[in-house]
Amino acid sequence: MSDTINSKAASVRFEQVSKRYGADVLAVDNISLDIEPSTLVTLLGPSGCGKTTTLRMIAGLEIATGGRILIGDKDVTKLPATDRDVSMVFQSYALFPHMSVLENVSYGLSYSGFNKTETRDRAMAGLDIVGLGAYASRLPSELSGGQQQRVAVARALVLEPQVLLFDEPLSNLDAKLRRQVREEIREIQQGLGLTVVYVTHDQEEALAVSDRIIVMRNAAIAQEGAPRELFEAPTNAFVADFIGEANLIPCQIDSVTGDTANIHIGDYAHTLPARGLTPGAATVAVRPSRVQLVANPTPDMITATISKATYVGVHMEYTVDTPFGPLFAVSGEVDDPFTVGQDMGLSFSGSGPVLLPES
Amino acid sequence: MMRSLCCHNKTLVMQTARSGDVGRPVLIFWIIIGWLGFLALPWYAIEDGFFAFEWLFDGYPFDTDYAPAAFIVAQGEKLWLAPLVLPLLAVTAVIGRPKSDPLYATILIAASGFGLAWLVLQGFGIGLRGWQFGMLESLFGDLGDRQFGMGYGALFVAVSLLFLFTQGIAARGAINGDVFVVSAIGSVIALITVFVFFPIANMLASAFITEDQSYSIAVFFSKFFDDRLWGLGCVAGGHRCGVAWNSLFLAVSVGLLTTLLGLVFALVATRSGFKYKRAMRALTVLPIITPPFVIGLAIILLFGLSGTVTTFVADLFGVQPTRWIYGLPGIMIAQVLAFTPVAFLVMIGVVEGVSPSMEEAAQTLRASKWEVFRTVSFPLMRPGLANAFLIGFIESMADFGNPLVLGGNYDVLSTEIFFAIVGAQYDQGQAAVLAIVLLSFTLGAFYAQRFWLGNKSYTTVSGKGDAGVHPTMPKMLSVPVIFIAVGWAGFTAVIYCMIVAGSVVELWGLNNSLTFKHYATAFSVALEDNGVRWTGAAWNSFWTTIQIAAIAAPLTAALGLLTAYLLTRQNFAGKSSFEFGTMLSFAIPGTVIGVSYILAFNVPPLELTGTGIILVISFVFRNMSVGVRAGIASMSQLDKSLDESSLTLGANSWHTFRRIILPLLKPAILAALVYSFVTAMTAVSAVIFLVSAEYDMATSYIIGRVENNDYGLAIAYSTTLIFVMLLVVGALQLAVGRTAIGRRKSTGQQS
Repeated sequence: MSDTINSKAASVRFEQVSKRYGADVLAVDNISLDIEPSTLVTLLGPSGCGKTTTLRMIAGLEIATGGRILIGDKDVTKLPATDRDVSMVFQSYALFPHMSVLENVSYGLSYSGFNKTETRDRAMAGLDIVGLGAYASRLPSELSGGQQQRVAVARALVLEPQVLLFDEPLSNLDAKLRRQVREEIREIQQGLGLTVVYVTHDQEEALAVSDRIIVMRNAAIAQEGAPRELFEAPTNAFVADFIGEANLIPCQIDSVTGDTANIHIGDYAHTLPARGLTPGAATVAVRPSRVQLVANPTPDMITATISKATYVGVHMEYTVDTPFGPLFAVSGEVDDPFTVGQDMGLSFSGSGPVLLPES
Repeated sequence: MMRSLCCHNKTLVMQTARSGDVGRPVLIFWIIIGWLGFLALPWYAIEDGFFAFEWLFDGYPFDTDYAPAAFIVAQGEKLWLAPLVLPLLAVTAVIGRPKSDPLYATILIAASGFGLAWLVLQGFGIGLRGWQFGMLESLFGDLGDRQFGMGYGALFVAVSLLFLFTQGIAARGAINGDVFVVSAIGSVIALITVFVFFPIANMLASAFITEDQSYSIAVFFSKFFDDRLWGLGCVAGGHRCGVAWNSLFLAVSVGLLTTLLGLVFALVATRSGFKYKRAMRALTVLPIITPPFVIGLAIILLFGLSGTVTTFVADLFGVQPTRWIYGLPGIMIAQVLAFTPVAFLVMIGVVEGVSPSMEEAAQTLRASKWEVFRTVSFPLMRPGLANAFLIGFIESMADFGNPLVLGGNYDVLSTEIFFAIVGAQYDQGQAAVLAIVLLSFTLGAFYAQRFWLGNKSYTTVSGKGDAGVHPTMPKMLSVPVIFIAVGWAGFTAVIYCMIVAGSVVELWGLNNSLTFKHYATAFSVALEDNGVRWTGAAWNSFWTTIQIAAIAAPLTAALGLLTAYLLTRQNFAGKSSFEFGTMLSFAIPGTVIGVSYILAFNVPPLELTGTGIILVISFVFRNMSVGVRAGIASMSQLDKSLDESSLTLGANSWHTFRRIILPLLKPAILAALVYSFVTAMTAVSAVIFLVSAEYDMATSYIIGRVENNDYGLAIAYSTTLIFVMLLVVGALQLAVGRTAIGRRKSTGQQS
């Protein structure tokens, strides 16, 4: 169906781009990235990491202070927002409150050289895509939050932009709606083959919608890759902890054979992929779900004591005291939970824990 | 929900249409304007006025008085205008070039920069008597020619060159090449330079001019250190002190008293169970609708030689009535009455700004009500007190009407300036020196307010709802506070009653019979065969006032909002000095504006005195800061993402300003319009220098009546003005109230 559309999706390329405010605030520090056409790429990171600034530099709302930005093959580094073929869906939606839904969606078209009927037809088609054709004459204030969101998407979509940008588009929606809208966004993106750059601080959202994720930290890129790659093979402690939480435990690599490393933490020994590390001090990242607890320890296990037990419905969350400090663990066993003060045996599951350089 | 866009897959031409040559028609437009000014329109100002078009049939285009620059030069006269053709030719040659060509920007900037500079130099270099400066005369010899003020032609050329210059700057990449924003910044800077900085600088210079028109520092010092200015006679028990000390003492006292009363009213309005506190808020409207000297007139009716209170006391105790009110006591009472509402307005913001949760926290920490007030509430209000004091100080310094009406022998700077210009002495240098002293006082206070207090506000209200309630005042505070507030509010009410009463009395104190003859003299209307004839003495000035105010108001609002847009929405080099410059006009007293305009615009190149235009201009730049502040306040409530989304949708900044910002700012625009209209009607200090027989304003007409001791007419006229403005402000409140609700409805679920 949507293969009949002329997708204008283009790539985005950053070459050593920096953004400086005044003399000493460095919002984005010398980053380079490549975004393939017709993919959905997420910029993920804690607040203040530079992800929104990066997005706004693609839009042309901020002008880079160093480096080059290319959209398609065109150098747009110094081009203002008006002249870039990029549209953006804002966190607050930024619907013009004094214009009807149709006028909002037509707004950009009227500056793109379309005549009146064409503008109207395209705007209506855009509203139909998001399922709001019947609401064209309403004011934005007469729509629900989710509907306003879709109007904002339609308004950006109808311009058939080379790149479509989303700035935390779901943060004003409630949890249920969030899942639904993010699936719709993904569906439209894949259906029309759009290049989408998406900013969020919610790692679950990022994992769910993205083709690729760029994790940012302190104005730089911490790691970039497909969702599964980031979750299962983080290259540094920050990414391991930011995506899906992790216990970061200092360890010693005793020996490396082929791709396998033998490590020990205190008396506890474990074997896992070496990932290019050599014997010596390192860090092992263990997801809470990969921490296994048993009531009857065997000698090769770590002895541990439950210090906190929290019931959160679908699973139990435990804080466990171990010889090398407290660990965080979750367990699906909710019918017969462990109790505080109980002595346990603790081990790591065979797959899952990841070796990282010493942090 | 996925449907196809199959029917809309024509290839778009969007990108090229958007970015390519959008600026081209604008460029050509300004070039045409420039040529029009040079080739077709009369270069010099027309004697009959800006809007008289007799010149079209009277010797145009060959008579030098009406000829365009090109014709003048072609006849071999005033050859100094000839070089202006060069920049026009140069920019015309640019039309063929692409915008990305570096020469495009360079030629535009160089040519129009040269053109503007030449325009200014020749304007100032050659005046009514030939060369303006002895140096030029000795360099080039006697010119044997002269020129008058600039007219349409010069105006067109100047405006054209200015905008071509900003186009060049934009093409160089300033503000991302945004022509609209660069042009807006350029025009605001140009306007402020011509109508604020130039007159003030000119006035500073004229303080150094000796009687034979040469410059001398000694002249300045002799005038500056004059005993009339800085004498300390009164301290030593002698006769009188210098005017500078008088003004300073008055302003400090008035600042302190109004701050105190403002605080008292604010406390009553927000932290007491006082029943009529809502009515007290009505006080805040008073200063907007009252011409500044009206309070002074009412004081005379009460305490003057034949005033009600004076005669009552005299009869009661059998003492001789005195003129004690004329002088410091009278001015001080009048100013405190007039400016307390302003302080109230400031203090109410401050007192309400203290977060209730802080006070509630203190209460839960076991502080008594009095201790809460002493240790938490009051310390948090302190920066606001300083702010209110400085505002009272500036207002008192700048006040002209009350000292004029009530001053007696107590001379202050603002009236001294007036008498130096209009009095028998006619000493421009003296007026300039006095104005400099006055300006330094107010600028000092303004500077202190902005930079010393600017960041010291403890007001803790955030955008988030603060659910708490302010505690009421402790008893030992509330009793005296309510007592003072009620007393002073009562006094204010009496004063306003006196104004109305005074307008319907034959001759106050001497013949108290009721009469409407003052109204009849002022506003009588005769019905004749050929329609209505406005026979009243006041109609002329009344209609002039309405007309001038109505022209000035939209200009003020437009300039103010444009400036506010630049300040809140754009980032550019030198923004903070730009902001300082635009807000400066708030601190320049009207008398100083008046004097500086007279000195600057009485001679070529800009001859404006005696016209209605100069009145309009003086209002626009006097009241501009109000428009700016109103605009900033409401624009900072508009989410910036609205502009940004408009920009990413392909609209440029002009479209965004027109289609997004302006429609959402309707209430602010209306408020700025009405406020500037009303202040233009009540202003007196600048106006009194600038009125002419043809363009007399209501306030200066009233002052004239007062000086002739014709109090009845003056008061009747003032009363009429107050009611007219009450009507205007009321209508505004209705209109804005409705718009605001409409807007809230439409933005309700936005965020």
